[in-house]
Amino acid sequence: MKCYIGIDLGSTTTKAVVMDEFGEVLGRGITNSRSNYDTASRVAKLEAFISTRLTLFHRALEGLSGLEGEKIDRLLLNLERHFRLELFLEQLEDLHQTCAGNAGDLRYPGQKAKICAVLDVAFARLREKLQGLFAPGVVRKSDFFRDLAGSEYMNIAEQTAKEMGMNFDTLINIYDKSIIEVENRPPNDDMEGKFLRALTNVLAEETDLSVSSDDVMKAIKSVLDMDLEETYVVGTGYGRVRLPFPKEHIRSEILCHGLGAHLMYPKTRTVLDIGGQDTKGIQIDGKGIVVNFQMNDRCAAGCGRYLGYIADEMNLGLHELGPMAMKATKTVRINSTCTVFAGAELRDRLALGEKREDIMAGLHRAIILRAMSIISRSGGITDEFTFTGGVAKNEAAVKQLRELVQENYGDVQININPDSIYTGALGGAEFARRAVEEA
Amino acid sequence: MNTATKPEAIKDASMLKQKEMIARNYDALTGAPESGKKIVSTFVPGNLNELINSFGLLNNLPEINAINNGMRKQSGAMIMDAERSGHSEDVCTYVKADIGMMSKGNIAPNGKVMPPPNLLLLSYTGCFTFMKWFELLRKEYNCDTVMLQVPYTGDGVITDNMRNFVVKQLKEEVIPALEKTSGVKFDIDRLRENMARSAKAEDDLVWVLESAKNVRSPIDAYFGGVYYIGPIFTAFRGTQDAIEYYQLLRGEIEKRMQDGLGPVTPEGDMGEEKYRLVVEGPPNWTSFREFWKMFYDEGAVVVASTYTKVGGVYDEGFRHDPTNPLESLADYCLGCYTNRNMPSRVDLIEKYMNEYQADGLLINSIKSCNSFSAGQLMMMNEIEKRTGKPGAFIETDLVDPRYFSAANVKNRLESYFQMVDQKRRSTRTA
Amino acid sequence: MSTAEIIARCEELYEDTTFAASRAWKEAVPGRKVVGFMPVYIPEEIIHAAGMLPLGILGGGDNLEVIHGDAFYQSYICRIPRSTIELGLTGRLDFVDGMLFPSICDVIRNLSGMWKLMKPGVYAKYFDVPQNYRDDIGGTYYQNEMQELRHDMEKLSGNTITDEALNNSIAIYNQHRQLVRDVYAMRSAEPWKVPSSEVYLVMRAGQVLPVEEHIVMLNEYLAAVVKEDKPIRDKCRIITCGSFCEQPPLNLIKSIEMAGCYVVDDDYMLVNRWLMEEVPTDGDPIKSLADAFLHHSADSSAKYCDTQEKVGQYLLDSVIKNKAEGVIFAAPSFCDPALLERPLLSAKMSENNVPHISFKYAENSGQMQPIREQAGTFADSIKLWS
Repeated sequence: MKCYIGIDLGSTTTKAVVMDEFGEVLGRGITNSRSNYDTASRVAKLEAFISTRLTLFHRALEGLSGLEGEKIDRLLLNLERHFRLELFLEQLEDLHQTCAGNAGDLRYPGQKAKICAVLDVAFARLREKLQGLFAPGVVRKSDFFRDLAGSEYMNIAEQTAKEMGMNFDTLINIYDKSIIEVENRPPNDDMEGKFLRALTNVLAEETDLSVSSDDVMKAIKSVLDMDLEETYVVGTGYGRVRLPFPKEHIRSEILCHGLGAHLMYPKTRTVLDIGGQDTKGIQIDGKGIVVNFQMNDRCAAGCGRYLGYIADEMNLGLHELGPMAMKATKTVRINSTCTVFAGAELRDRLALGEKREDIMAGLHRAIILRAMSIISRSGGITDEFTFTGGVAKNEAAVKQLRELVQENYGDVQININPDSIYTGALGGAEFARRAVEEA
Repeated sequence: MNTATKPEAIKDASMLKQKEMIARNYDALTGAPESGKKIVSTFVPGNLNELINSFGLLNNLPEINAINNGMRKQSGAMIMDAERSGHSEDVCTYVKADIGMMSKGNIAPNGKVMPPPNLLLLSYTGCFTFMKWFELLRKEYNCDTVMLQVPYTGDGVITDNMRNFVVKQLKEEVIPALEKTSGVKFDIDRLRENMARSAKAEDDLVWVLESAKNVRSPIDAYFGGVYYIGPIFTAFRGTQDAIEYYQLLRGEIEKRMQDGLGPVTPEGDMGEEKYRLVVEGPPNWTSFREFWKMFYDEGAVVVASTYTKVGGVYDEGFRHDPTNPLESLADYCLGCYTNRNMPSRVDLIEKYMNEYQADGLLINSIKSCNSFSAGQLMMMNEIEKRTGKPGAFIETDLVDPRYFSAANVKNRLESYFQMVDQKRRSTRTA
Repeated sequence: MSTAEIIARCEELYEDTTFAASRAWKEAVPGRKVVGFMPVYIPEEIIHAAGMLPLGILGGGDNLEVIHGDAFYQSYICRIPRSTIELGLTGRLDFVDGMLFPSICDVIRNLSGMWKLMKPGVYAKYFDVPQNYRDDIGGTYYQNEMQELRHDMEKLSGNTITDEALNNSIAIYNQHRQLVRDVYAMRSAEPWKVPSSEVYLVMRAGQVLPVEEHIVMLNEYLAAVVKEDKPIRDKCRIITCGSFCEQPPLNLIKSIEMAGCYVVDDDYMLVNRWLMEEVPTDGDPIKSLADAFLHHSADSSAKYCDTQEKVGQYLLDSVIKNKAEGVIFAAPSFCDPALLERPLLSAKMSENNVPHISFKYAENSGQMQPIREQAGTFADSIKLWS
């Protein structure tokens, strides 16, 4: 079948959306951008195709009479779980082999055999330990391979090194070198095989299916037999110029964001996107066509990175800032949107005895004030208003935004989509679709 | 094009002539100690070149030196030198490049030492920074100084009081100072002759600039434009050389129009004209060619620019008038682009947008230059409102390489061009 | 009244970004009009003689949230025009009938045109001053400029401005300027009794009150200060320089004092002290004002210094007159006049062995710790070396 793909290469994450010829979204994928946009876009695309297969599985299973919604969901959840385990184990094995290869590095003369022996033990333990992450009901913090493998490797390697009389630093060095290689080598082969092995495992576990396993297997196979053709790919985002695409396959993130927001909420007229390194105010017409836009000026004040800096400054995780600010009883005025000055101002306020929560509320207000200026520069807010980007997930930022929009523009419908991170990729996919279907 | 294998830029006869004129002028300046000629340092906007020349004096323009140093990638180190010696990172980089050049031995672009000026003539037109720059130079050179205050036309008109004030300063301050420096008595007829020559060259300049009204413009009125204004804005206005340069240039452009050619770029004739833009603000000099390339690669032609009016808004009809030389010089100084108030600047841009059939307004906002930059976002808003055409805003600097982020600028320009394109398509299909 | 009561009133005026006091003045009598002006100097007498209230606009301070003002300015432009635009766009200046933008720098100059674009119905004027100090050249030009302003003010107010009325206004402002000088002199003489933050607040009050009312306040303050009994502390005497346009937050002024400095001179609100001598009240008032400007006016970076020798002399004179031990150059970020001139002024101070430091601020600066540290170290080093 024809698939239209939009890829948004952001400064921190890369997103992909797969769309069918009728404009329906089939799958979404996300990965960290790394330093290699090429790999990032391959991984994001791969993830989007996995998600596409799952959507298509769902459709196929719906066709089986007697299998209701809840059971399909459970089945697919387990299928994905087993599939991810397959994928993970394959990558873990790749990491193991890569580490073993790197143990032959000139820096460790004569040690290869010993290092490999340690690695064998460590990876066996790692494999056992990490399989548990894919057990039913376990919530994984991240699906990025580096996050999963890295979290445990350090502990296990340290312990194993100690037991077997090996220098721990050597294991770290080998890991650091190998993980980059592995990350840049996404598993692309034999998706079908992995899905089928996963399905076999699922069906073996299943005791309560109202249809026959053969029928399920047939339905899934029918989807796996479908050729998902990459009919047209459009790249966008800050890294788009680095994409190995011809120029006509590249659209600016402004255009893609405008169109993506329009597809999510057709009545959108104003879009605000606060990303890691830039903030955009976009005005669109009734068809999703951009009529005006402004981005933050040279100074990156008030972008997502500002919050990251504050989090570092306060020794907190980025995701902890919003909830802390929500506990504020008042909003301390923070005037610096300059990330560097804000750190100093924050320490000043703390020294004056202000509460961390109240300062946090002030910092969130400061970043939104800056965004409000950029929107004002692009022409203000016209109903409806759609807020996208990583900061849209931060409840304290959203609270300040709602207040300031009300104060400055009155009653406006504010849209925040849980999938708003895919806005740019969605617009890109639609551009890809139009390039072929409406040519 | 890869910068590593940058081919030699393609040059027309007029460009070669200009190059030769500039080289000759630098040789005259650096050779002044031998020739016995005297040097006047003054600023570009509203400069009094005809008057200075009428005394047989040479004209040295610090901004031009800064531009030269910027284009030759020398300015960054000079600016940092000046900052190390206590000049704020917040202020104009022309000033800091100039001061840094002095600390590096004041080497002119021809590789020879630039002798200190004999007179500092501050024509304070349309830029507050000039005033303090001049005070800084005075401290360095400790030479004779004279100041010409040119009032800002805050209400959009030149009043008699303003004109009389400038004329009186010319008569009682500037001319006596020039007489003293040169040892030559003021000769109004020589001034008239110079001004008559100015007017002649100015006619051809205006013809050249207005050639961009043709759809399929034969010139780029910003990147190309900065070369076209070179002689008239600097030490050559009022000379026979300038007349010849503009005749040559006009001939070349007439030929381009006959041949149906677009603007000439460093990489040869430009391809299809896809976007017609009006540009407000000075260019960036440190990455001038890279910046230009971002336009012609996308098929964007600048059809009118305000920067090419900082040394006179000739296309609005002003000409140096030999029959009333001092009043005419006063009107010249008072009428330069940055001495005009914001509503007048908006009106001028609106006129350009309409008369040159532009697709949009691009503002290159320069960190150094508050005279240009403060208020540009409101100007853009106003133009968008009046014309319905979209504006774009980018930020760079004159000669500070730290303030030119190629990826940033390119990203915005591309987004802008794509937006214009998309809008055009949607109105076509609607 | 005690100083505390006076200062409390001043603080209330300072914090009020809606200008309630000036609004109240306007509403008290039908037909009254208010003319706003930006730093550094305008001849307030001309507005006053037309029966209008001159209102000094000094930005939005550190309490005003700026949204739309920021939309019009790049990050490398100072803060005062942003907050002034915000004041204009949020209705806080809707009672102001005219705005004057004096010659100070390109940013404020351009703001005059922006005001014209933003508020087409409101009188807005760029008010130029001479940078040529010859009576027959700069003087003539300036007199004509003031006559033009006089006609504009007549038109705006509907009142004729007679020479008599102008001379009368000059007399009132003479009185006002004398009191301002008295406060400064008293602070210089007994800085432990007259904190800079108080002087600042009292002077700020004068920007929004009618001059007659401010004269009463200054008299009361002078009388109250005498009664103050505050201990002398071991602080060093410094002058702050560079804050003639965008104002530092009050906290910054306090921080400098808290760090161990007595501020014995400054350049806040120079409009109060621009004309340094009594202006004659018996001649052609426009000529008197022009003469005073050309020959007896204060100096600042916004003015052209016509000879090399005079550069920074005003600051050095103040150092000597006020027995200052050092100079703190405190300029707003991106302030062209102050920052361009700073190398010249600091060279002048160095040549005369006057210790100096410099830093930048914005009207909404929030981080005071670095300021306190720098000012404190400066004060300590002066004490150590002197």
